[in-house]
Amino acid sequence: MNTMTFEEILNRLRATRAWRSIFRRGPARTNRTRSLAIFGNVFLHLLPVKVREQSLRVRATYYLGTISFFMFVVLTLTGILLMFYYHPAVPQAYLDMKDLRFVVSNGVFLRNLHRVAAHVMVIAVFWHMFHVFYRGGYRPPHEFNWAVGVMLLLLTLLLSYTGYLLPWDQLAFWAITVGTNILSAAPFFGSQLRYLLLGGNLVGENALLRFYVLHCVILPLVAALLIGVHFWRIRKDGGLTLREDYERDKK
Amino acid sequence: MSETKNSFEAGVGSNALKTPERVVFITSKTSAQVKERADRQLMSYPQLILREVIAFEVLTIVLVIVALAWDAPLEQLANPLLTPNPAKAPWYFLGLQELLHYFPPLVAGIVIPTLVVVALVVIPYFNVNIKGEPLWAAYRSRRFLIFIVSVGLLLVFLGLYRAWTVLVPTVAIAGLTIVSFFQLKRPYRLISFLQTRPLSWWVMTWFIAVSLTLTVVGTFFRGPGWSWVWPWR
Ligand code: HEM
Repeated sequence: MNTMTFEEILNRLRATRAWRSIFRRGPARTNRTRSLAIFGNVFLHLLPVKVREQSLRVRATYYLGTISFFMFVVLTLTGILLMFYYHPAVPQAYLDMKDLRFVVSNGVFLRNLHRVAAHVMVIAVFWHMFHVFYRGGYRPPHEFNWAVGVMLLLLTLLLSYTGYLLPWDQLAFWAITVGTNILSAAPFFGSQLRYLLLGGNLVGENALLRFYVLHCVILPLVAALLIGVHFWRIRKDGGLTLREDYERDKK
Repeated sequence: MSETKNSFEAGVGSNALKTPERVVFITSKTSAQVKERADRQLMSYPQLILREVIAFEVLTIVLVIVALAWDAPLEQLANPLLTPNPAKAPWYFLGLQELLHYFPPLVAGIVIPTLVVVALVVIPYFNVNIKGEPLWAAYRSRRFLIFIVSVGLLLVFLGLYRAWTVLVPTVAIAGLTIVSFFQLKRPYRLISFLQTRPLSWWVMTWFIAVSLTLTVVGTFFRGPGWSWVWPWR
């Protein structure tokens, strides 16, 4: 019989001209090709080619940064799908929520997934920050990456907050009203700031549109950019800080 | 190397106290790695990538289960004329809303959040905790005096504003700090751990304790007119 094993099929595939033109390397069996797998890939090259064994342990990071990143990915994917069913208009936005529940197949599931991931992301990002602090991960040469992280924290909160208005129900409307009222307490141009954010003096159609654009375009783009910088800086700063290093350096 | 004219030695230092300014030579064949470490290095591909894929799969499964079991809330259509009581912000801002209950909006809504963000950004630039020296390691009596006076003033301030939900976690953390001051003959594991903690650790732990308390109280224990309610009633 001349059946091919999976390995053989894969090898055939790897030998094709198309495959070689895309991946530009052979199978990752030597450390050279394994390195090529990382820095020959435009996305993976943000990561280091080698990592310390200890920094892969669960208790080194609890994978909290990774979890934050995955939540961002899940939110982007489910968010794009939700955008197909959503109009940022009053009261259509609310009717779209009803449609997601009663008309769209798996609409409820899609919305739940987006909502759950949003909560998890906020928790994971906070927890990640505290964990980095306690293991001394902010110390030189990681200072700038910590600052990038603080910006990512603010972006995460803003992303979640702008998304909160979009269903246009009572919960959304009053949460944003309460929150943006605080802005008017800012000195000098507090109420102007609020006007700028809401596109008016009240939370209305303009506010919905502004929050929609912020939530679906501006904030995700900035966050994606900064996450890229964040990962690349971890590599450039020489990898992660371990709690053990920190306790040892103290002595 | 004994023939070199200038007595210039290159060294690798990981102790920021002993070698605060690192001089690094990067020769043509090495990469710009910051620290030499003795422990083993693994190839990111496949070791790191594999772990991330597994983490992603586990997370996806958990998310799907939760999304099937729990429904995102949807209330009535937004109505500007019908104010719910209480009107609450999303949960991660309820700590701030709880603060607003005690302090004027300028303080609770603008000054405190701004200070927190500024404080977070400057942490690494002020060499916080480079030394990591335990709080009570030196100048014990002087530090203890400063600690008691500043915490005392803070508690009086919080008491005057009747900010109980800030005051209680503050008292708890300050209590632990004081406990760790005394040198017991046979301290418990927790206490001997606390005795090695530096000031920055205490400040961050206090911050987390207060934020967590405020958020939990704001989320579960506040009802109409921001009055205290029991969530199980
Ligand atoms: C969208 C939000 C964020 C994402 C996706 C993210 C992702 C990551 C990942 C994957 C790592 C690798 C190690 C780990 O998992 O702990 C990391 C490390 C790090 N993160 Fe974040 N992070 C985020 C937010 C933050 C925040 C809010 C801070 C702090 C204010 C921060 C500061 C750092 C620092 C300093 C490191 C290096 C730690 C070390 O040297 O040990 N990040 N981040």
